Amino acid sequence: MSSVVQENMHHAHAAHDEHEHHGNFLTNYIFSLDHKVIGKQFLFTGMFWALIGGGLSLIFRLQLGFPEADLTWLKPILGGWITEAGKLDQEFYLAAVTMHGTIMVFFVLTAGLSGTFSNFLIPLQIGARDMASGFMNMLSYWFFFISSVIMFISLFLETGPAGGGWVIYPPLSALPQAIPGSGMGMTLWLVSMVFFIASSLIGGINYISTVINLRTAGMSFSKLPLTIWAFFITAIIGLLSFPVLFAAALLLVFDRSFGTSFYLSDIYVAGELLQHSGGSPILFQHLFWFLGHPEVYIVLLPALGLTSEVISTNSRKPIFGYRAMIGSMLGIAFLSFIVWAHHMFVSGMNPFLGSVFMFLTLIIAVPSAVKAFNYITTMFKGNLVFTPAMLFSIGLVSLFISGGLTGIILGNSALDIQLHDTYFVVAHFHLVMGSASFFGMMAGVYHWFPKMFGRMMNEKLGYVHFWFTFIGAYLVFFPMHYVGIAGFPRRYYSYTNFDFTQSFTDLNMFISAAAIFTVSAQLLFMFNFIFSIFKGKKAPLNPWNSTTLEWTTPRVPGHGNWPGALPVVYRWPYDYSKPGSEEDGHSDFIPQDVPHSATPASNLEGEKSLIGKEAELQALAAEIYKNEDHH
Amino acid sequence: MQVLLVITGSILTVAVLGLLYRIITLVGIAKGDSQKRVGTSNKINAFLFPLVLLVGLGATAWYSGIAKEYFLPEASSIHGVKTDELFWLTMSVIGVAFLLTHLLLFFFPLIYQYNEKRKANFYAHNDKLELVWTAIPAMVMTVLVIYGWQLWSDITAPAAEDAVKVEIMGKQFAWELRYPGADKELGAYDVKYVDGINSMGIDFNDAQAMDDFTYREIVIPKGREVELRIRALDVIHSVFMPHFRVKMDAVPGMPTRFKFTPTKTTAEMRAELGNDKFNYELACTEICGKGHFGMRKIIKVVEPAEYESWVAEQTAWSKQNADYMSSTWAEKHAKTKLAKK
Repeated sequence: MSSVVQENMHHAHAAHDEHEHHGNFLTNYIFSLDHKVIGKQFLFTGMFWALIGGGLSLIFRLQLGFPEADLTWLKPILGGWITEAGKLDQEFYLAAVTMHGTIMVFFVLTAGLSGTFSNFLIPLQIGARDMASGFMNMLSYWFFFISSVIMFISLFLETGPAGGGWVIYPPLSALPQAIPGSGMGMTLWLVSMVFFIASSLIGGINYISTVINLRTAGMSFSKLPLTIWAFFITAIIGLLSFPVLFAAALLLVFDRSFGTSFYLSDIYVAGELLQHSGGSPILFQHLFWFLGHPEVYIVLLPALGLTSEVISTNSRKPIFGYRAMIGSMLGIAFLSFIVWAHHMFVSGMNPFLGSVFMFLTLIIAVPSAVKAFNYITTMFKGNLVFTPAMLFSIGLVSLFISGGLTGIILGNSALDIQLHDTYFVVAHFHLVMGSASFFGMMAGVYHWFPKMFGRMMNEKLGYVHFWFTFIGAYLVFFPMHYVGIAGFPRRYYSYTNFDFTQSFTDLNMFISAAAIFTVSAQLLFMFNFIFSIFKGKKAPLNPWNSTTLEWTTPRVPGHGNWPGALPVVYRWPYDYSKPGSEEDGHSDFIPQDVPHSATPASNLEGEKSLIGKEAELQALAAEIYKNEDHH
Repeated sequence: MQVLLVITGSILTVAVLGLLYRIITLVGIAKGDSQKRVGTSNKINAFLFPLVLLVGLGATAWYSGIAKEYFLPEASSIHGVKTDELFWLTMSVIGVAFLLTHLLLFFFPLIYQYNEKRKANFYAHNDKLELVWTAIPAMVMTVLVIYGWQLWSDITAPAAEDAVKVEIMGKQFAWELRYPGADKELGAYDVKYVDGINSMGIDFNDAQAMDDFTYREIVIPKGREVELRIRALDVIHSVFMPHFRVKMDAVPGMPTRFKFTPTKTTAEMRAELGNDKFNYELACTEICGKGHFGMRKIIKVVEPAEYESWVAEQTAWSKQNADYMSSTWAEKHAKTKLAKK
């Protein structure tokens, strides 16, 4: 192992030491090559999008909860989208739903989550100076930025942004005659997503090569924190699935602009027979969900990785079943590629496929259950410290379980017949994917804020934020199960046209009120976040008494992360409350860079033999340091 | 004026929050929070978890009692009753799993909250335990998969030869229906024949189409297998008949099917529910544009005898539109014959 690391470190690009870089504002903060700055850029952009995405949800929740309300007061913001009668325009309603989904899934929970924490944490936790390619890393952010700008512009088109649902199924998404959002709005959506996919791929390649090549001396894969495992696996999933979305989008562009018939056939729309023939709308769905389902795990795995770290640290206990956690993540990653058609049980595809995909889908419950049990057992007989990050992590486990369990119902094709495209599905994925990932992201921000900005966030505000958000998320999404069981279809502008949807008007009102409350509670966070950057208490070096390498850097790590040589790793990242650690002069944790020779009292049987290898690792580290470019 | 108010309000809120922030920080410093690992808040948070769980469970139990009456009534189709059983079975399984995990997850914070005098248990792995909680979900899933797979196979099996056929076509933003006439077979169709009058594109080159008739409602007999032949004209729609637990996408260019057997007539349902205005309904469940939320059709389930007499009363579309047939279709027939030669 060590020779591999040695080999790789020799070829590592010019690394830097404590030497200060005197770039200007533009190179330090805008076109920065530093992974920490890029991570923060992703975070800020993600937060901006979260506000827009959350705001959109409030607009359509107003419509759903208070269909009689006069919305004229929204005219200053929405202009022509509010009709003369003070109602929300029906097509804008669909556009709002579509953009809410697109923004939340891709811009907030993919770029905002993976982009932020993979960038920020990978080099810090594996003991690297920076990413494998700083330039590609910068490119990744700026592609995302261009993508964001284009998507943002589409919000202001006269014909509105894309409005055919975030899954953009053709023919609806291909025919401007069918819905105005499929005109320029859809074009910009597709262009924006092409940039987004490019950004994800460039980022992903970078994460993967960094994890493989730039681990510090001693940091074998079996000593990687679970966060890194999660980011690594996520990047691989993205690398394999995003190109398929690209292909799907490209063929859609051809159908829309060049008259091909990949997805279109036998269509008579707006009084006119189209010349497209021989295409299949189902083909698009297969391609889309080949990304779309792994995407769920692209969103979720980083959140689970962050949570593993936070729960272990704040339980003052090793994560339970480290290997089982990695194994289940690998299992989930593999299975995520072969379950996509469970989104299509009633799409008209061959029912035999339905049987196969039901079987594969329900298998995924097993590794997911293992993860949940491992989290709970990590807390068992722990010594729990409730930092805001810990609260959000426990919240994540709860949401992951509640939302995951209803997946067992929806994954069963016979039951999906009734529930497909009802609010039951909305409840399910907002809990397991939306809220759970969001909670993981929040846990990450609270936990690593001190490392990002050198200051502490206010804990009390964090507590209030957590309880408001946690209770709020359940108040919004739990009642949707009832609405779904009653058969309410999703993406309905109003429920007045059907007898079977006359009930639950009060519950819909309740959900909307809860949504307004929950989104407002996020302003508390925004305040705490921004205010603490400038006015927060200065952070100690290791505020959570954590074992991982990022806490061995200076309070505000400079370019290159560690002044002097890179730390050497001797042990796994979960030596919390190890028996004998006090006698060794440590409190209830032993950082990864403490050699076993320094902790004779706490070493386990198998670890004594590792002492002999320490000299070798130190020599390797010294050689790496010597070979670094110190200028 | 309003804008000014909003701005002033926002500034004030931020100012108050800022003040609060400072006060909390200063009080914390005064109390020496930073020296201690945890403060009183740790106890409060530890206590809130079980409290929130118990209140939440209570509220759920209370509301479930109320909400039950708004759920759909018992399924009115044979397969629907079975899938409902599986639904509630699965629901109870996941209910147990939810309770078990959440009792642990929400009571552990209370039980194992930080205590300076205690050290956490260095307990890193237990392969037996991992095996147990891999095996148990795997077994439960197996049972559910087999159960579901059997139902799914039955539901999606080809319809019987003598099933009652109804064609339903989705378009923006309505459904159109076609029934076979005396020959009990639907004639061919092609989108290229769609025009202002022949809105379903019926192909009258096919002799079986001649006795087909259309109707504004779905009329089907109780106790007989019904096969829906589903298609779409413009974008994807989806046929959803909630009371029958029926759903299938309507896809342009790719006809789909769904078979089911209604078990209760509309009249019987009205009596059962004590609601003489009750109607079975069909809704669209695939986003299809502006009017998506209004694509309603009424489904009438009648006694088989009533159904037969209703069919007998209907006039074939080709007869109702004799003018159209003699003008447009005479030309088309001629062209087809020419082409064949």
